[in-house]
Amino acid sequence: MVSTDQIRQYMEEVFDPEVPVLTIVDLGVLRKVEVIGDTVKITITPTYSGCPAMKRIEDDIVELLKEKGIDKVEVDLVLSPAWTTDWLSAEGRVKLKEYGIAPPENEMDKSVLFAEPTIVPCPKCDSRDTKLVSQFGSTACKAHYQCSTCLEPYDYFKCLK
Amino acid sequence: MNSLFEYLIRLGDDSLILGHRLSEWCGHGPVLEEDIAMTNISLDLIGQTTSIFEYAGKVEGKGRSEDDIAFLRYQKDYKNLLLVERPNGDFGVTMMRQFLFDAFRKPLFERLVNASDAQLSAIAAKSLKETIYHLRHSSEWIIRLGDGTEESHQRIQDALDELWKYTAEMFVEDEVDESLLADGILPSMKGLKEEWMATVNSVLEQATLTIPTNNWEQHGGRNGKHSEHLGFILTELQYMQRAYPGMEW
Ligand SMILES: [Zn+2]
Repeated sequence: MVSTDQIRQYMEEVFDPEVPVLTIVDLGVLRKVEVIGDTVKITITPTYSGCPAMKRIEDDIVELLKEKGIDKVEVDLVLSPAWTTDWLSAEGRVKLKEYGIAPPENEMDKSVLFAEPTIVPCPKCDSRDTKLVSQFGSTACKAHYQCSTCLEPYDYFKCLK
Repeated sequence: MNSLFEYLIRLGDDSLILGHRLSEWCGHGPVLEEDIAMTNISLDLIGQTTSIFEYAGKVEGKGRSEDDIAFLRYQKDYKNLLLVERPNGDFGVTMMRQFLFDAFRKPLFERLVNASDAQLSAIAAKSLKETIYHLRHSSEWIIRLGDGTEESHQRIQDALDELWKYTAEMFVEDEVDESLLADGILPSMKGLKEEWMATVNSVLEQATLTIPTNNWEQHGGRNGKHSEHLGFILTELQYMQRAYPGMEW
């Protein structure tokens, strides 16, 4: 039987269908890998409640492991503890920026109703002179920003704590 | 009656019906960014519904899936607040409905995080993070429209006047809540209404809007007594499952 370390390594080949530069390991969506008898059990958690990528990720995990010769796979979806952008790996943050998506900034207390908009540096030119266009972007996990220096419109992988 | 099941149905129906209402804006938003914002919020709400109904099905123990619960009940079995089934109206009505609801859901989820029931607590913790974004978004619009032009001010004030009577239903505690409180499943809801009122007052004041003096309260949704509007929602929501029972894709 394969080791959990081996399975963990395989999981680095499962990408988020909506942010295809990130693996589920980078994202922190992968929570646990277990080998119980002849069954591999993978535990994942959604980024947002309605994230449509979860079903696809589940299918991709099963398919990938099948390719690796593992047929008995169980994918368990857990809500607790709730996913946070703190789980995004350092490597994932670099990949995001290179892809043109600004990685999450360390934001202040999210319970404050009207916080000052976060300064999100432009992923193209690093200018800090940028503005929030909309708190809601192309997917649930992103906000929409624009750079006032190079005019690049870009996604911001918004902070969730 | 299983009180926890009933409670989950109420919680889930609020998300489901409001999520459906917001989805009606898809392709009709006043600007592209708002179209995307409303459908994103809709997606969060439908996602919350999925988690809540999946759990409700387990609690009930009759083998019903989240889809069975969402699509295959009759109107009287839906227990959402009358507020969330109100028609979208203009953008002002939609944002006011959203704001009054978000301002309620945030302190509600903050309390439910402490529920002794682990799955209910997990759902609340997850949903709370999303609700904070929703509340910020709707609050900003209430202020922008209220403190905007003469016309936007009038229209958002009209929206508040129209929707105010549906807000009292959010704070009714009946035998379902009482039994869950007594069993220690639900944490105390003490201060919920006061917290909601504080948010509402603070935002409405910045928006230069006035709470209507008419104190009439319209109740019914929590007991399955709905306005005619829910029937139209369900007709659309359930169409595929009624026309092609058991269909999947
Ligand atoms: Zn730039």
